[in-house]
Amino acid sequence: MTTMAFPIPRPTHPTGIWNWITTIDHKKIGVLYGVTAFILFLTGGIEALLMRIQLAGPNQDIVSAEIFNQLFTMHGTTMIFLAIMPLSAAFFNFVIPLQIGARDVAFPRLNAFSYWTFLAGAIILKISWFTGGATNAGWFGYAPLTSVQQNPGTGIDYWIVSLQVLGIASLAASFNFLVTIINMRAPGMSFMRLPLFTWMTFITNILIVLAFPVITVALIELYFDRSFGMNFFNVARGGDPVLWQHLFWVFGHPEVYILILPAMGIVSEILPTFSKKPLFGYPAIVLAGAIIAFMGWMVWSHHMFTVGLGPIPVTVFTITTMAIAVPTGIKVFNWMGTMWGGSMDFKTPMLYAIGFVAMFTIGGISGVMHSMASSDAQQQDTYFIVAHIHYVLFGGAIFAIFAGIYYWFPKITGRMYSETLGKINFWITMVGFNLAFFPQHFLGLDGMPRRIYTYDASMGWNLWNGVSTAGVIILAIGILIFMHNIVKSWRKGELAGGDPWDGRTLEWSIPSPPPEYNFAEIPTVYDRDDWWARKRREVRRGVPVAGGSGEDEHHDIHLPQPSYWPLVVAIGLFIGGIGLVYPVGMYAISMVGVFIGTVAVYAWSFEPVNDPEEGEQAAH
Amino acid sequence: MAQATAHHGEHEPTTTGLNHRKMLMWAFLGSDCMFFGTLIATYLVYKNRSITGPLPEDVFSIPVTTVSTFVLLMSSMSMVLAYAALTRNSMKTFRIWLASTCILGATFVGFQVYEFTTFANYEHKVYCADVGVKELTPLKQQLAEKCGTEDEHNGVVEEVVGLTPRTNLFGSTFYTLTGFHGAHVTLGIVWLLSLFFLSFKKGMVTPEKNLDLDLAPLYWHFVDIVWIVIFTVVYLFGVFPGF
Ligand code: HEM
Ligand SMILES: [Cu+2]
Repeated sequence: MTTMAFPIPRPTHPTGIWNWITTIDHKKIGVLYGVTAFILFLTGGIEALLMRIQLAGPNQDIVSAEIFNQLFTMHGTTMIFLAIMPLSAAFFNFVIPLQIGARDVAFPRLNAFSYWTFLAGAIILKISWFTGGATNAGWFGYAPLTSVQQNPGTGIDYWIVSLQVLGIASLAASFNFLVTIINMRAPGMSFMRLPLFTWMTFITNILIVLAFPVITVALIELYFDRSFGMNFFNVARGGDPVLWQHLFWVFGHPEVYILILPAMGIVSEILPTFSKKPLFGYPAIVLAGAIIAFMGWMVWSHHMFTVGLGPIPVTVFTITTMAIAVPTGIKVFNWMGTMWGGSMDFKTPMLYAIGFVAMFTIGGISGVMHSMASSDAQQQDTYFIVAHIHYVLFGGAIFAIFAGIYYWFPKITGRMYSETLGKINFWITMVGFNLAFFPQHFLGLDGMPRRIYTYDASMGWNLWNGVSTAGVIILAIGILIFMHNIVKSWRKGELAGGDPWDGRTLEWSIPSPPPEYNFAEIPTVYDRDDWWARKRREVRRGVPVAGGSGEDEHHDIHLPQPSYWPLVVAIGLFIGGIGLVYPVGMYAISMVGVFIGTVAVYAWSFEPVNDPEEGEQAAH
Repeated sequence: MAQATAHHGEHEPTTTGLNHRKMLMWAFLGSDCMFFGTLIATYLVYKNRSITGPLPEDVFSIPVTTVSTFVLLMSSMSMVLAYAALTRNSMKTFRIWLASTCILGATFVGFQVYEFTTFANYEHKVYCADVGVKELTPLKQQLAEKCGTEDEHNGVVEEVVGLTPRTNLFGSTFYTLTGFHGAHVTLGIVWLLSLFFLSFKKGMVTPEKNLDLDLAPLYWHFVDIVWIVIFTVVYLFGVFPGF
């Protein structure tokens, strides 16, 4: 093995940009995830804004029908895979090791690899705007709209490859976090003492591990159809487009829980903190999360009620879909129980968390409305569904993510955001959001189909479409205020201190921003909400509360060293992926990617530990 | 001295006492179950839905595939022996068994290549005496129409009708499923070969540092088990209608 004595030394204490490129510190990777995903969230927002401007009034042609198709497809794919999932991953990265009392994740380099691979997948998707047209078959890419005959351009291929690369990133991250949560808990941190966010992350990652292979296979089949003339979804050769729908939604429904469970975890951290009460019914929330994850596999055909599956499957899926609303409802009641009788402090994270509970409930109710197949027949493929998904995904997931950003901002940056701007941001977003999406319920029930690029004035849809577009503009202003707040406070906000919220979980027991090694000493956990309990215990005993303040440098803590190779493997995947988009004659490019990736994987495996301070030359 | 680097992960005390990498391997295998599960599901959904032949009965040769299945199962056995040899610290025996595992694995892949090329250029034979006596597959019935024409030689009609991934749904699903399985075996061989060469470097593969030799067998046995499922569901159920 020539690679064994790999000549390139491992980076030691890199600075500036190299520091970020080679970092394997979970906190920095969390920040990278967050910033990147937020920028991608903005691109998805711009796509949405263009659509809403086009639909503001009847018979407009600001964007063409074809561009409109690309806009809604890219918007959906972006928001789900490039915004909400990686924003959740940002929290996994930053928060999980801190909450369980660990110094890093189980596989720090794999963690860096996940981030760079996610970035590669995101770039592959986004450059398809500039390579002759982006994908245009909807975020669920129904066959046969995606066949070569119908869709000969490269847009679909970029979409396929990008989703595959993103899948690799998500899977790698999930393996990592599962092992981290199972195996790196501080002494005493039993499963039933885990903070709720950690619990929901754990469940989410199980879902990712089991759901992503399904979409991977579906996309492979689609790719083989398109590139090698196979028959999976080719009706002329007996292929069945409905199989695609099954495969997609067997993945797709667990995917919506992958999007919402971390949000539920975030909110379950914030509500108790700002109500100054323990979470009401902790075991019930945990169990409800697990049941949702389990039942999430039994409802997928509610996306296919109008396909003609026959009365028996439709009845079964109606019942399971209604049933899954029960554990969801349990959580809502637990959150209300948490606030009930608490001494509530309406800081911005709390406002967003309460906003989440309210908006998510509205989305849940419209969900139960179309869980009834007979009623869904009216609603399928109308704006009613658009309203539903935005109440659960914007009012739900994104609100919770904003709540989480405000909540952990002092921990991440060491500085406090501006509360005034935060509150303004919340109320503008709240008003804009409801103006934008509530009228879509009316439009949907009035028969306006989703994914049409324009409509006639005589349809009677003018008013609510106008209101909706106005709402989106207000929403956009809210987001701008948010960005202003974050950027300004990051640079010169007041210093926050280790525990600004009188927090409950371990991340608040260490200084802000946390030192590289997180915990000078790995804590021993005696309670659920251990930090909260420790503060009470120590106050009772008259002992000054330790932690939350700066501590000495600890030279005997050995942290994993930075590494180039995760990035290089991701570059290999990127090049390999691009080659796959252009099969004819371009597989050479893929081979280059494969070569780079393989070399890097070997280099990774044999990477030396060469920190001079460590003074030892061990090579695995 | 605390050894908290990724390299030394194996020495680090963990909450459960289980090794990080081993746990990751289990999670990966769980994921891989869903991967193969979906491929097999696609295969089964499309079973008997091909518009044209050849179908499984037309091309499969159970004796040949039984032999290759046996070879793969034997590779699992030699993997076990290799591992046992390493724990006994007899490096030489270890290398022999590890190499045999690779060779057996490669033989299996060779069988698969042979099978694929045969299927792609399959020459079908119809005995005209069987027409109306035995039950014929749709493809054979089609060929049997040539009985009595100048295409019949000595009571037999012969014609090449290959099975490629494009031919029909059976071709697409069969080659995709078994192809990905073959790719898994190939990857396993690369991994085992890397370990084989590494074992010549002092201190790289030792009974104490045998972690990779804990993970690679796990992977290898898993891939074997998947093949048993494929052999049963695709080959046996495909040829014996009673199943
Ligand atoms: C009470 C719980 C829920 C129920 C009963 C429910 C029910 C449904 C049903 C029946 C549909 C199909 C409607 C149709 O296409 O005709 C649907 C669509 C959808 N739901 Fe839900 N839902 C629930 C919660 C959620 C949550 C929590 C999320 C995500 C965080 C979510 C995201 C979606 C999305 C993205 C779609 C649309 C997919 C598309 O067609 O593009 N739902 N929901
Ligand atoms: Cu669903």
